[in-house]
Amino acid sequence: MASIELRNIRKSFGAVNVIKGVDLEVRKGEFMVFVGPSGCGKSTLLRLISGLEDITSGEMLFDGKVVNALTPSKRGIAMVFQSYALYPHMTVYENMAFGLKLEKGHSKEAIRQRVEKAADMLQIRQYLDRLPKQLSGGQRQRVAIGRAITRDPKVFLFDEPLSNLDAALRVATRIEIAKLHEGMHDVTMIYVTHDQVEAMTLADRICVLRDGLVEQVGTPMELYEKPDSIFVAGFIGSPKMNFLTGEKAAAFNCTTLGIRGEHMLVKPDGIWEGEVIHTENLGADTYVYLEMGQEEPIVVRLEGAMQHPSGSKLRVSPMEDRIHRFDEAGKPIR
Amino acid sequence: MGTTFDLWKFTKSAAFYALVLFIVVVSVFPFYYAILTSLKSGTDLFRVTYWPTSLSFDNFRQVFTQGAFPRNLLNSVFVATVTVILALFLAVTASFALSRVRFRGRGLLLMTILAVSMFPQIAVLAGLFEVIRFLGIYNTPWALIFAYTIFTLPFTVWVLTTFMRDLPVEIEEAAIVDGATPWVIITQVFMPLMWPALVTTGLLAFIAAWNEFLFALTFTVSNETRTVPVAIALLSGGSQYEIPWGIIMAASVVVTVPLVALVLVFQRKIVSGLTAGGVKG
Repeated sequence: MASIELRNIRKSFGAVNVIKGVDLEVRKGEFMVFVGPSGCGKSTLLRLISGLEDITSGEMLFDGKVVNALTPSKRGIAMVFQSYALYPHMTVYENMAFGLKLEKGHSKEAIRQRVEKAADMLQIRQYLDRLPKQLSGGQRQRVAIGRAITRDPKVFLFDEPLSNLDAALRVATRIEIAKLHEGMHDVTMIYVTHDQVEAMTLADRICVLRDGLVEQVGTPMELYEKPDSIFVAGFIGSPKMNFLTGEKAAAFNCTTLGIRGEHMLVKPDGIWEGEVIHTENLGADTYVYLEMGQEEPIVVRLEGAMQHPSGSKLRVSPMEDRIHRFDEAGKPIR
Repeated sequence: MGTTFDLWKFTKSAAFYALVLFIVVVSVFPFYYAILTSLKSGTDLFRVTYWPTSLSFDNFRQVFTQGAFPRNLLNSVFVATVTVILALFLAVTASFALSRVRFRGRGLLLMTILAVSMFPQIAVLAGLFEVIRFLGIYNTPWALIFAYTIFTLPFTVWVLTTFMRDLPVEIEEAAIVDGATPWVIITQVFMPLMWPALVTTGLLAFIAAWNEFLFALTFTVSNETRTVPVAIALLSGGSQYEIPWGIIMAASVVVTVPLVALVLVFQRKIVSGLTAGGVKG
């Protein structure tokens, strides 16, 4: 239930500047995802918001009030860690109740009710008496989320909560987090991930970070359709956007031409010709890798299962209205 | 092929158990012989035997009825227990700072603490004596507690600092987010996780304080304030030409039993891998 505003936030560890001046607004009840390659400072930014790290300079506002000097608990945040960070010697119940017990002023009965309510939401009620080591990875992560819910925070922070789970569990937990957000739509959530699929599926808005700076903030579709730079264009979307340079780009009056694999058509009179070097058949789609004399092979995404033997030639055309044109500085030409 | 293999295996395990037996005999024999001697009486004491010949508890009865031995025993229990409590309290709080709080000169401080433990007892004896006289605790149990704590702390702090450094940072951060103060983190989150280290260091501190002789001899002067190692050394017989071996051995056995019991009890408490499960395994 809090809006968060970052004004020219900087963070340095010794001589290393990790966050180099971030301005950002997270709206009330919004699900904001920080995404970026490793080392871009996304986790550090989250820790600055949480209060676990001190801000070197700049202002952090929660609901218009400066919180730079407030401790995490005073800020009203709850955090879910990548490694779960459950207290190993406490049962699930004690883990979830710990924060409330420290807050004082809650009766035992009130604590029990809140813990049980959170446990019901996450379907972990039957595990309340167990120790963390008796739980599976997915269950532990749910307990960690439950511990955060119990405290009824204004801001919910997730630090790569799914990266320790296996693929199937990751999808299931992702859906649960999405449902959780729907059920708690007045709670602001900030979620850090390096996985752009998580970012696309969960976010109301995504903040793409690069090298300590905000590259672009927008809804998933805005980032997908109107990336503000080559970096964002290449980072959002799977498979990665194809970039063509040289003559092929010059034909469209740009330095770099970006086109997504799903926005290319195989046609006998296609304007580009390439040699098939590899085919990935995913059942629903087929990715065909074409050698076109570019730095990297060009990926074409085709619907359904297709067979294009390696070594054969293929002609493709980009969908004209789906072309992204970039200038020398990597900025879009619109 | 099969038989030679078995023979080699047999030789190996035979050699192994022979070695184990040798180590056990060497380490247990002195204590065994002390028990044996403590159960003898009269001139029997000076006959070398390896099996109990007679069973007499006279020596034990004498230990507890003559002189101030029970008092000495209580002194030892008091001194060792308080030393352990004090040393663990100081070491846990210090190691939290040394392992978790970033401050200037932390490495230097750790090295200094380690350096302190390098001084031999005898080198600081005179200086420590002056300090104890100055503090006015000469010839009281507090003199010994003071001295033992000083000598136990470097080791205790180092072990606990190393142990605490290995505890996952995320658990501490989770506690901070939950609103825990450093004191709550230490007592409610870290201490339960540090049981193995606390028990081990506490036990070693207890044993060191229990067995210490030089300080105990120097800082106490009356029979009532002595601890058992000194008391045993000063046990005297009927005349100056008689050394009461039987009583000395009985006292030694009485003094050793609590240590053996402590180790056996706490051995079960030393549960490793307690941190398993909190953080991704």
